[in-house]
Amino acid sequence: MAEKVLMKGNEAIAEAAILAGCRHYFGYPITPQTEIAAYMAKKMPKIGGCFLQAESEVAAINMVYGVAGTGKRVMTSSSSPGISLKAEGLSYLAGSDLPSLVVNVQRGGPGLGGIQPSQSDYFQATKGGGHGDFRMIVLAPSSVQEMADLTIKGFDLAEKYRMTSMILADGTMGQMMEPVSLEAPELNEYDKSWAVTGTKCERNKNIINSLSLVPEELERLNFERYERYKAIEENEVMYEEYMMDDAEICISAFGIAARVAKNAINAARKEGIKAGLIRPITLWPFPNEAFRKAADKVDCFISVELSMGQMIEDIRLASECKKPVYLCNRVGGMIPSPEMVLESIKAHSKGGTK
Amino acid sequence: MVVFDKPKSLADVPLHYCPGCTHGIIHRLVAEAIDELGIEGKTIGVAPVGCSVLAYNYFTCDMVEAAHGRAPAVATGLKRSDPDNHIVFTYQGDGDLASIGMAETVHAAARNENITIIFVNNAIYGMTGGQMAPTSLPGQVTQTSPYGRDTSHCGFPVKVSEMLSQLDGAGYIERVAVNNVKNVRNAKKAIKKAFQNQIDKKGFSLIEVISTCPTNWGMTPEKALEWVEEKMIPYYPLGVYKDRDADNKAE
Repeated sequence: MAEKVLMKGNEAIAEAAILAGCRHYFGYPITPQTEIAAYMAKKMPKIGGCFLQAESEVAAINMVYGVAGTGKRVMTSSSSPGISLKAEGLSYLAGSDLPSLVVNVQRGGPGLGGIQPSQSDYFQATKGGGHGDFRMIVLAPSSVQEMADLTIKGFDLAEKYRMTSMILADGTMGQMMEPVSLEAPELNEYDKSWAVTGTKCERNKNIINSLSLVPEELERLNFERYERYKAIEENEVMYEEYMMDDAEICISAFGIAARVAKNAINAARKEGIKAGLIRPITLWPFPNEAFRKAADKVDCFISVELSMGQMIEDIRLASECKKPVYLCNRVGGMIPSPEMVLESIKAHSKGGTK
Repeated sequence: MVVFDKPKSLADVPLHYCPGCTHGIIHRLVAEAIDELGIEGKTIGVAPVGCSVLAYNYFTCDMVEAAHGRAPAVATGLKRSDPDNHIVFTYQGDGDLASIGMAETVHAAARNENITIIFVNNAIYGMTGGQMAPTSLPGQVTQTSPYGRDTSHCGFPVKVSEMLSQLDGAGYIERVAVNNVKNVRNAKKAIKKAFQNQIDKKGFSLIEVISTCPTNWGMTPEKALEWVEEKMIPYYPLGVYKDRDADNKAE
């Protein structure tokens, strides 16, 4: 285990990306993720890498598309309004089956919104990253250590499945400082015979492309892509269970909300209420099985979110609406307090007020 | 002795372009330049959205299809991925480069991005059926300017070469045409130089090629070539707009 250092979440992402072999970063300034670009701007020139501040988010994601086409590890980062601008590029990356890592340090919306933490891009990340049928692997860190670990994991999964991994963090995760241990991972080797690096006049040309004018062909490509997605759903689901063995109330939360929820669960337990937590680490693929199983045991679910209730829909689907699912939320940059979550737990427990 | 042959860098497949369209000539000039400079094995081309969207099928080097207007940004990524070993060119029309992709174009030039852009200006959106382009001439009749381009309503054409030549970052900007043999020869020279500049790490080169669209102009191919001479070239004068290398030598 490497020595622990105190770092901001955003910096941990940047350093982890470098350790994972990423040597190309393109971005455009936006709060609250600017530390990532600042870190890259400092480090990349010293290690033979490329940091480039693009003229827009649109340009940045297309620069990512270019490097990704050559088979090298590449990333961009932004925050909510900037991710909307990248939506076009995310769709093209998916259509061309290119690996990339995209970080969204979410802030409140819609529109220009605010600059305080939010989780209101859940739908965008898990269901609507851009036009057309496609998915992104969506990873939700809940600590600075996970900001680093999931960045490394995200690069690996992106290459393994030739698609975009998105780190869905929030302003709190980006800005908070925690001890983190960083080590260069063993890198898996994946086939890159599809990459455009010049034919060297030794092979037929490669084409990076998402255009397919023959409907039968475009349909086939979509079905093939979803076969790959199916493998991800079967093999790559990650989640944490906390005190779920005897839980009667299941809290669900990710990112900063999960940390608040844990405090509330501890407090509830002290008052004799058996609460537990399922914390999805992959938001896509969603831990459906964990919720399906929990639905047979618990009395109800409470989704704690920094949104108007987005993940709650996936909980309802996964639990097949067998048990009620309640929402405990703050939005606009506000964070639910442990007390607020505890009140919600009490209200929905046996003999509670609701 | 072979006196005329297909360039190696041009794929032996039928082109989809309309009869009389000059894209075919420009493709050939690009392929000839790549052949003559011996860079086929390290060249990566970027195709746009528009009539030349399928250009990735026509060149034998590695190719990338970009989103509409984003080719210079994609080319930036391709080039920065391995600056010493990748020769990167984009092939873009006027709607792609001068309308939706203007920001990417200007900033690639401002950064002196060491890439080569072939900018095909035929003053119309061809692929979508002949709409008004940022380079459509005042008074030009198109599907979306059926009474002729009214400059009091939708403004004036963008003179890309003139505009980009104002940027310190732009290395080499030349406007050429392919409407007659003399102009085709000049165009070839300019395109080859734009690639040579990249090999020599001289930075951003853009060649604007005045081209035709007989189908959407509603003209015979022959008439379209005359229209280039009579209407296009007077509005878009041919010549070198920026040559940093030559300017430096002159000083």
